[in-house]
This record gives sequence, structure tokens and C-alpha cells, in this order.
Amino acid sequence: MSNSTVDVPLQGGFSFDLCRRNDMLSKKGVNPPSYRKTGTTIVGLIFQDGVILGADTRATEGPIVCDKNCEKIHYMAPNIYCCGAGTAADTEAVTDMVSSQLQLHRYHTGRESRVVTALTLLKKHLFNYQGYVQAALVLGGVDCTGPHLHTIYPHGSTDTLPFATMGSGSLAAMAMFESKYKEGLTKDEGISLVVEAICSGIFNDLGSGSNVDVCVITKGHKEYLRNHLLPNPRTYISSKGYSFPKKTEVLLTKITPLKEKVEIIEAGEAMEE
Amino acid sequence: MEIQRADKCVMASSGFQADVKALQKQLAARHLIYQHQHNKQVSCPAMAQLLSNTLYYKRFFPYYSFNVLGGLDNEGKGCVYTYDAVGSYERVGYSSQGSGSTLIMPFLDNQLKSPSPLLLPAQDAVTPLSESEAVDLVKTCFASATERDIYTGDKLEIVVLNKEGLHREYMELRKD
Repeated sequence: MSNSTVDVPLQGGFSFDLCRRNDMLSKKGVNPPSYRKTGTTIVGLIFQDGVILGADTRATEGPIVCDKNCEKIHYMAPNIYCCGAGTAADTEAVTDMVSSQLQLHRYHTGRESRVVTALTLLKKHLFNYQGYVQAALVLGGVDCTGPHLHTIYPHGSTDTLPFATMGSGSLAAMAMFESKYKEGLTKDEGISLVVEAICSGIFNDLGSGSNVDVCVITKGHKEYLRNHLLPNPRTYISSKGYSFPKKTEVLLTKITPLKEKVEIIEAGEAMEE
Repeated sequence: MEIQRADKCVMASSGFQADVKALQKQLAARHLIYQHQHNKQVSCPAMAQLLSNTLYYKRFFPYYSFNVLGGLDNEGKGCVYTYDAVGSYERVGYSSQGSGSTLIMPFLDNQLKSPSPLLLPAQDAVTPLSESEAVDLVKTCFASATERDIYTGDKLEIVVLNKEGLHREYMELRKD
């Protein structure tokens, strides 16, 4: 954010100020760092008493798994949760920002937050940034108007659906939903279908993996089932274990203390030869 | 990864499966011709050179495959050859190739010692492990690589080759 007093647009949004500079730099052969491919499976569905959200727990940096058990179901309000796919920093920041706005709104009005409020705040922010905030979300919750499930794309478009999937494993997960979803599922049926959809993502999509997180939201109640299923334990542990004996040897220890004073030479004199 | 055998020579390949198949088919055919012409199995060092030539033959449209060749040399000692995609190869004490190699190789370097290839006279690169210890190390390598590399997983095939012959072992890996 700029602090200058003039020429600041009143509304936030993505700043294109540096695009010409970046264009010039890339023409001169200085390329920006490439984006890392993100992989995730997140899903949600509406069942007879409310909404169920599900997510895998793998976070990747390119081909490497950097977190085997991360949380992708974010808190928005006591009655609203949100699954995030895309750049982890963006999904986390955007859900935190909106959940704080919702909390303030609740203090102001003294009423429970509505899902559409969260939806509008999220899509407004994402649209402002023209897709550069890389967050693909599945938003679910139960409010005074009933259960709601929405998907939000990084550019700010939204869908309202009875069942939804997002992330690189969305196709695998949607295959399970399309073949097995029906209206008026019970809680147990709903959870098992969500688990099945996430597992389909975990096993068939390389970007998704590890465990299954589930969140069940009903009228006035929620259940956050962290690591509901752990289908990928470590397969082999050596019986004898391993030692890493040889340490890097310390050859010399010498501490040079910082100089306490620095001689200051007059600038004018130093310039002259 | 894919493992294929000739009599005293096994090859593990990773990369593009169609190229790996084509490469192994080519080698199998050349091996068959060799057997008909000389009435004996091709030795492992000869197969190593043949693999290098086969890869370099397609220098400007390479086989997208990364290979490790192992077997018994002419003295009956174990040997491992490691390759790049266009046929540069080297005899080593141990090696790994493929997407998980960046995770496995430093661990092997830490656990095993291979003498420098520059030392004179040349030294044997035999690692001081028993068969069960070596198999244990391989299993640990793969279990660990599968934890962190998204392209490694599902199942592991281990081939043990010694003067008694050849046998295979299988192990389940993470399936995500």
C-alpha cells in the first residue's frame, strides 16, 4: 500500500504500476520467478440438516510435498467455514481478512453472520484483484435462511450448488459426487460421500494426498473432524534405525569483536584527490 | 520405474514410459542377436556400453529415460552403472535416478562411501553391507522418498542379483 497523499485510488485492487517495468526487465532477459503449481482436493455438499465440507491435507512446492498434514478448512464465522485451494498464502489471508470483517459486522449488528455476506465480501476482494489473488474457495455454512454452499473462483465469479469441488483433484472428486449424490442425504451418508470424494482426489491426483479433514455444519452446531481418516501411514520403518555419525568438524574458533568506533571523514575532503 | 532383466544384468528406468519400453525392446533385440552370434549371454559391462551407444544414437531426439544398470561383471563382482538421457555413463558404487533421486542420493551419500573414481590404482566400489542390510536401506529410501516426492509411490520392486541367481521382492508404498 502506498502512503503518498496524492493519486491514491479510493478503492483497493491490483496495482499495475510495475507492469511496464517488468515488461522492460523481461525484454532485457531478467525473468520473474515462476509460479509454483498448487495441488488440492476440496469438496462440499448439502445434506438434510446442513452442509459438509471436506479437504485433503497435502501442501506442495512443485514436485515436493512441503507439509503432509496442513489445514485447508478455514474458519469464517461460528456457523460458516471455507475450504481453500490455490496459493496457500492467498487462501489463508483472504479467509482471515473476511472472517475479521464478519466478526466486526456481528459486533455491529448483534446477529449471526449470513453465508451470502461472506460470499459477497470474498468475491468483491477477489474481483478487485483480477485473479491475481489465487484463491479458489468452497464456502459453506448454515444461517437463518438455511444451509448454503458456494464455490468462488479466483477471478471472483461464484456458483451456488448442492455439491461442489475445487482444486486439481476436483475432477476426481466430482466424479464421485456426480455418480452418488442425491438430495436429502443423512449425516453419515453425507460424511461417507465426502470422504469418498476426497479419497478419490488423494489417490488419483498427484497434487493431493495424506489425510482427510471434514467439517459438518448444522443449525446451531458444528463438528470439525480434523484428520477424520488417515489412509496413508508410513509404509516402512527400518528395524535398526539409522545413525548419522560424522559431524562437520570445527577446525578453528576465533571471535572478532565489532569495532566500537568508526572514524568519520569529511565528505568534501574525501572527494578531492 | 520399470525393471527388466537379461541374465546377469538388470536395468531400472524412469522417465517417459513409451520411450522406456522402446529402449528396452531395442536392447532385448540386440541382446538376442548377440546370443545367436556368440552363443553366450552378454556381460554386464558390455551391456552397459551397448546401453550408452543406444542412448547416444538418438543424441538429438533422445529417449526420455533415466537408467541405472546393475549386475555382475566379468570377475563376478557386483557393478552399478548410472546414465543420463543421452548416454553418458559411469560405473559407481550406488546410484539413484528419477524424480526422487534428489531426495534419495544425499541419504545414500551419507550412509555409504564410494571411493573416488580418480584414485589410482582403481578401487572396488563395493559397499560394506550384507544383503538384508542393503535391501533394508533400499526400502527405507523408497518409503522416505514417497513421503515427500509426489511422483514416487504405489509399489516397489526390488531385484537382488548375486552368483546364486536372481530374486525379486515387492513392497507396498504410499498410494497417494
